[in-house]
Amino acid sequence: MAESIKDRVAIIGMGCTNFGELWDKSAGDLMVEAAYEAFEDAGIEPKDVQAAWVGTCHEFSGMAGLGLSVPLRLQYKPVTRVENLCATGSDALRNACYAVAAGIYDIALALGCEKLKDSGFSGLGGAMVGGTNVRPSMTAPGAFAMMATKYFARYGLSAEEGKRMLAHIPVKSHHNGSLNPKAHFQREVTLEQVINAPIIAWPLGLFDCCGVSDGSAAAIVVRAEDAKHFRPDPVYVKALQICVGPGEGIARTEYDYTHVEETYRAGLAAYAEAGIKNPRQEISMAEVHDCFSITEAVIMEDLQFSPRGRVKEDLEAGTFTLEGDLPIQPDGGLKCFGHPIGASGLRMMYEMYKQLQGKAGPRQIKDPKIGLTHNMGGQPPACTVSCLIVGL
Amino acid sequence: MPGITSYGAYIPLHRVERSEFRRAWGGFPIPGERVIANFDEDSITMAVESAIDCLRGIDPKTVDGLFFATTTSPYKERLGASIMAVALDMRRDALTMDISGSLRAGTTAIATALNTVKAGAAKSILVAAADCRIGAPSGDFEQALGDGGAALLLGGDQPIATIEGSYSISDDFSGVWRADGDVFVRSWEDRMVLDEGYSAVLPEAISGLMKDYNIKAGDFAKVVYDCPPDFRRHARVARSLGFDAAQVQDPMFMTVGITGAAMAPMMLVAALEEAKPGDKILLASYGNGADAFLLEVTEEINRVGERRGIKKHLASKRMIANYETYLRWRGLITLEAARRPEKSPTSISAVWRARKQILGLYGARCKSCGTPQYTSPALGGVPIRICVVCQAKDQFEDYRFADKRANIFSFTHDNLAASPDPPVTITVVDFEGGGRAVFDFTDRDPDKVEVGMPVEMTFRKLFFDRGIHNYYWKTRPIRC
Repeated sequence: MAESIKDRVAIIGMGCTNFGELWDKSAGDLMVEAAYEAFEDAGIEPKDVQAAWVGTCHEFSGMAGLGLSVPLRLQYKPVTRVENLCATGSDALRNACYAVAAGIYDIALALGCEKLKDSGFSGLGGAMVGGTNVRPSMTAPGAFAMMATKYFARYGLSAEEGKRMLAHIPVKSHHNGSLNPKAHFQREVTLEQVINAPIIAWPLGLFDCCGVSDGSAAAIVVRAEDAKHFRPDPVYVKALQICVGPGEGIARTEYDYTHVEETYRAGLAAYAEAGIKNPRQEISMAEVHDCFSITEAVIMEDLQFSPRGRVKEDLEAGTFTLEGDLPIQPDGGLKCFGHPIGASGLRMMYEMYKQLQGKAGPRQIKDPKIGLTHNMGGQPPACTVSCLIVGL
Repeated sequence: MPGITSYGAYIPLHRVERSEFRRAWGGFPIPGERVIANFDEDSITMAVESAIDCLRGIDPKTVDGLFFATTTSPYKERLGASIMAVALDMRRDALTMDISGSLRAGTTAIATALNTVKAGAAKSILVAAADCRIGAPSGDFEQALGDGGAALLLGGDQPIATIEGSYSISDDFSGVWRADGDVFVRSWEDRMVLDEGYSAVLPEAISGLMKDYNIKAGDFAKVVYDCPPDFRRHARVARSLGFDAAQVQDPMFMTVGITGAAMAPMMLVAALEEAKPGDKILLASYGNGADAFLLEVTEEINRVGERRGIKKHLASKRMIANYETYLRWRGLITLEAARRPEKSPTSISAVWRARKQILGLYGARCKSCGTPQYTSPALGGVPIRICVVCQAKDQFEDYRFADKRANIFSFTHDNLAASPDPPVTITVVDFEGGGRAVFDFTDRDPDKVEVGMPVEMTFRKLFFDRGIHNYYWKTRPIRC
């Protein structure tokens, strides 16, 4: 009989590097920084780690378990590399949690890292490679822009209205990022700047797109009953869900291109696992996969934070700001951190962890109880989505 | 008497004013405009387009052979006709051949197809001719040449025009040529080239035909013959042979340009579009000798269905912005590389395995739930084994999408993606009859793309990389 992960595992230490164009740092540098911050935070030594899962997506960030064990000089431990597109970091954490929950290990390390800026170009490398090379020649912005085109068409928004609706998202995130010394971008932007920015992939402009950066984040997990031996304020895992779609939206005319089925289903599963009945009321805050503004808008609807087709009202009402009912991207999100693929999921979890411990400084949300992280890899008709819930 | 049983043609959408060449280089301006193949077109894609036009209403499985005539085959050692046969959904046992090496390759292909049919080796042969020759920048050829294609179905069954006779001359002369490795057309001194070549040999073949078959100049309803780069010489041939201006088929020099091996076949298609039963037509082509044919139009001409042919393609056009666009599309200047991921090598085995899906644009229809479906070979899931709707396993029948129209469900103009024609427009399309897929959108005006817009499929070249021309299908606005 399958059991829920709820309250069986806790995070007792986390680390997160500054994110940015870190020309002078290697993937190994970043892994060491994130891991040692987590060790110190947990009050453990590297030798206490019994097993590790490392999430990386690109070869620049290291391959196999060796990508982690060599820079950390981990002494002959089991290390597994995890790759699941943008959900890579969250999936590394998920695997570590399961191993601990199974009682195989007492202390496990989950670490995500990506060195994107050694590629020589901006944006992501070629995911979804196929030897036939007949893939449509669009970029990631192009793939997500088609959701915006369709969202505008479906809900009767003119291009101007649609772009103004979406502009609230980067404006909010840049404000949060301006309060975060670890963020890649720490400056505010205005609605008008967002709306009038150069077009990257119509209708998405520059500020509708997240940054591209290097970074790493790490977590130490133990069984829940052991957690308080390490610290008084551990953060407990409530749900760990991954949903990988069959790609039907790319082949079926029923798919509307204005929602992501994988996100919707991952959310349903996570809420069920965590025992959440009313996500909008019970979730205190969330870090979601805002690779593009339209992505975040649609996620709000898929996670049932906003009614279908009505995220515009919540965006205009400021629901998702730090002061709003349901703060989203309190750390600045992918928008301000960029998206070093393997690291993003754990970077999100780092913010939830710090917020739940009341250590988020000027970004501190009042008295949060439950935090959610969400990653979405691939492109709208064929995604791998993670939805993790943690709490006190 | 065997002859032509169907015709079709293709002229790329884009044109450039010849004055643009003078703007760039100065010098002597040639009047009119010329056709420019898009960056994703070449002789193979244009021949496929022509063949599709020719085969409207005709089952490609009934055609016994395909002869591809060109002087600009993308491959020196790989059969263009075999690539085309898959794209055109022809039978595996169709006779395929490329005919090349001469500007009269188009008419040589017609003669060879006709003889094959006469010999009883095939009931019908499709001849598809296309050329995309390049003149060196700043030269006359750059202005005079054009791109296009034509296709003619040859057979004995109810021809629309019988081929009553032919006359051929072989004449070795390096007047205009390209050696192995040459990108650009070379030419000897033009007066000698014309006096001893075109203006001498072409009339010799035409006269020979007329003498053999006892035809007088006035007997022809239309005379169709090649035009040289100096278009004034075209009219001079008519005068020397006693043809009236009204008999002479327009060589489309002012609208298309010289289209190499496809020139005479394209002009013949234009003539057939206007032909009446009983018309006698002269078809002649020059290149290291000359071919001349006597055609007689039959009553069957009236049953030819809808064709885009020359007339509709000619009327459907868009001017490119400038000469620089032409240079970029033909790859004649080296541009700064886009800062995008390097293309991974194309796997011959992966492309071969998926040739039916890639070149033939075949998907599948589930026999269990009836849903037509296409999966891009680049996204995995090819061949389709499990139904995307009902998950039935291996219950499929072939379903071809190449000939289906579709509507744009969503789109984007991607400025970040690398392309010789930015922005890259991508469309998600829903096919009439069912099925959805994502394709690059070509021949589009970015300002006119909208959700719901009807589109059709077009066979194009995605790129050339490491010796491989990677062909696939794209969407485009309904052309005409």
